[in-house]
Amino acid sequence: MAAVSVGEGGPYRDKPREGTPLIEMRNIHRTYVMGDNLVHALRGVDLVIERGTSIAIMGTSGSGKSTMMNIMGCLDQPTQGTYHLNGRDVSSLSRSQLADVRGRMIGFVFQSFNLLSRTSAVENVEMPLMYQGIPGRERRKRALHALDRVNLADRADHHSSQLSGGQQQRVAIARALVCEAPIIMADEPTGNLDTKTSHEVIAILQGLTDQGITVVLVTHEPDIAAYARRVITLRDGEIVDDKLQEPIRAAS
Amino acid sequence: MTVFTTLKLAFRALWRNKVRSMLTMLGIIFGIGTVIAMIASGQGAKEAVADVFRSMGTNLLIVTNGSQRQFGAAGGAGSRYSLTWADEAALENGEVPTVRWVTPVLQTKAQIASDDANWNTSVIGTKPAYFQIKNWAPKEGVLFDEDAALNGPKIAVIGQTVATQLYASSNPIGQPIRINGQPYEVVGVLETKGQSGMGQDQDDVIIIPLKTYLQKMDKGIGKFISKGQLYVSVASESEITKAEAQLTDLLREKHNLLASDDDDFQIRNLAEFALSQQKSTDKIATLLAIVAAMSLIVGGIGVMNIMLVSVIERTREIGIRMAVGAKPLDVLTQFLVEALVLAAVGGVIGVGFGAVLAKYMASYYGWKLFFPATTAAIAFAVAGGVGVVFGLYPAIRASRLDPITALRYET
Repeated sequence: MAAVSVGEGGPYRDKPREGTPLIEMRNIHRTYVMGDNLVHALRGVDLVIERGTSIAIMGTSGSGKSTMMNIMGCLDQPTQGTYHLNGRDVSSLSRSQLADVRGRMIGFVFQSFNLLSRTSAVENVEMPLMYQGIPGRERRKRALHALDRVNLADRADHHSSQLSGGQQQRVAIARALVCEAPIIMADEPTGNLDTKTSHEVIAILQGLTDQGITVVLVTHEPDIAAYARRVITLRDGEIVDDKLQEPIRAAS
Repeated sequence: MTVFTTLKLAFRALWRNKVRSMLTMLGIIFGIGTVIAMIASGQGAKEAVADVFRSMGTNLLIVTNGSQRQFGAAGGAGSRYSLTWADEAALENGEVPTVRWVTPVLQTKAQIASDDANWNTSVIGTKPAYFQIKNWAPKEGVLFDEDAALNGPKIAVIGQTVATQLYASSNPIGQPIRINGQPYEVVGVLETKGQSGMGQDQDDVIIIPLKTYLQKMDKGIGKFISKGQLYVSVASESEITKAEAQLTDLLREKHNLLASDDDDFQIRNLAEFALSQQKSTDKIATLLAIVAAMSLIVGGIGVMNIMLVSVIERTREIGIRMAVGAKPLDVLTQFLVEALVLAAVGGVIGVGFGAVLAKYMASYYGWKLFFPATTAAIAFAVAGGVGVVFGLYPAIRASRLDPITALRYET
């Protein structure tokens, strides 16, 4: 499985800025108001992620890893602290600017796949390109290419309901790839999959890292984290462990 | 996103819920349909009323003899002889410049007969200008002109009703006709005019030259137009009131009336009567249009309702779209365009439906079909406006969703 090739034009649409890390988070705090209580989801997180690595963010539920991913993925903003993405401060952008950053920089893969129902695989993959104003014919070409990268070119016209869980997740990965974003954020990508298909999906993600794409895995499962080069562990909104390791290679 | 992509997306989303989209559209279809039908039928009814009055005479003022007052008892219009042939001559000579045509109209009931049948009808003695004032053309044969009428020939032009009564299906032209026993020749049959604004059959009439009438039917009393009226046609509709005033002045002067004297004649203004008729049809038309507009608003609320449901149902989709780079404005546009497409498609169908409805009503009530492009264009624009107005709120709600919450939303 997963003899993945680099897409045309390379993995970066935003030129990497030399001398700056891809992700640089400084003293990130995030608090929520829940009724009368103030919940501290993140309490001063510092994290620097270099280009082209794979990193697993671990932690139990309530540890702040989801909040971490939301901020890292520009879906949310820190209450305090600065976040530089590719050298650009994104901690105080408008909703519209954040959407733009997401579209160009980040591809999401979710536990529950989050494909549009009653929509074919290729149309799902095309969707992010619509918001970049890419014309229809070009969209279709790029979407088919992205599907080819996850070995699903032959399923392009299948609707999500006609695909297995593993195939759906691969469509989701193709959707994350199609904009040639430098970062893929995968939130429990294997949570809904059996062991065999989990391995297929992990193998694809590892293949993307090999091509220079930074893969951020959010998981609570140590065996999934074992496939990443770097593992950080969150507890009560703080990083309590940060280690580098030789990743296990997923059998492909 | 490009316009085309946005539209395609909207059509697909609506197509996915065909039944729901169709039902929502029905509200707009009926709303627009009734608005169009009401405006069209309002115009049709107005035109119909105007037609009736036009058939009675173009910009017509009717001057009659005034009322005779003896020992306090009023004799009623025409009881006093005051209009003179000199008055008529003065008008014919253009002493009132706003007047275009003038003719005396003398009228009496008479027994008439063909070889096979007889009938009782109005006999009118008049000048050829009469046909111009009434805008009346012959259906068959000819009308008499000034020359033909000069020597008082015994010829008659008959209305359709008379033609039917006396000659049934045979051609009346050249046939003999007897009026009060006197033999005449039918030279023309007038085209059908139908009922007047007052409900009289305008086709139940025989028209003979004035000179003939004066010789054979009514000798008259010297200089007075005794049993008759003057039909005065004003050159332009906007000058009717002015002409009426000028006419009054002229006649008062000719009749040597003092400032303190009452008019010894009466002027009836048909335009005024037509106007009041038109006002009442206008009122009804406005009322109906308001009711129709209400139904359009109800249709719009239906659109809003469905769009709100749709936003909630598709919360997850909105989250996904936002995650992959859709800006709030993109989401807003998507839902707004969906509402707009819903309303616009409904509007197009509604315009068609309204046209059919208007056509049906026109043929049912015997009106002219009135369906100007502007009405359709306005109705279509209104449908679009309804889509925007009622689609905006749901669309804004969609665009304000938080992507994180939306992605977690369970359907």
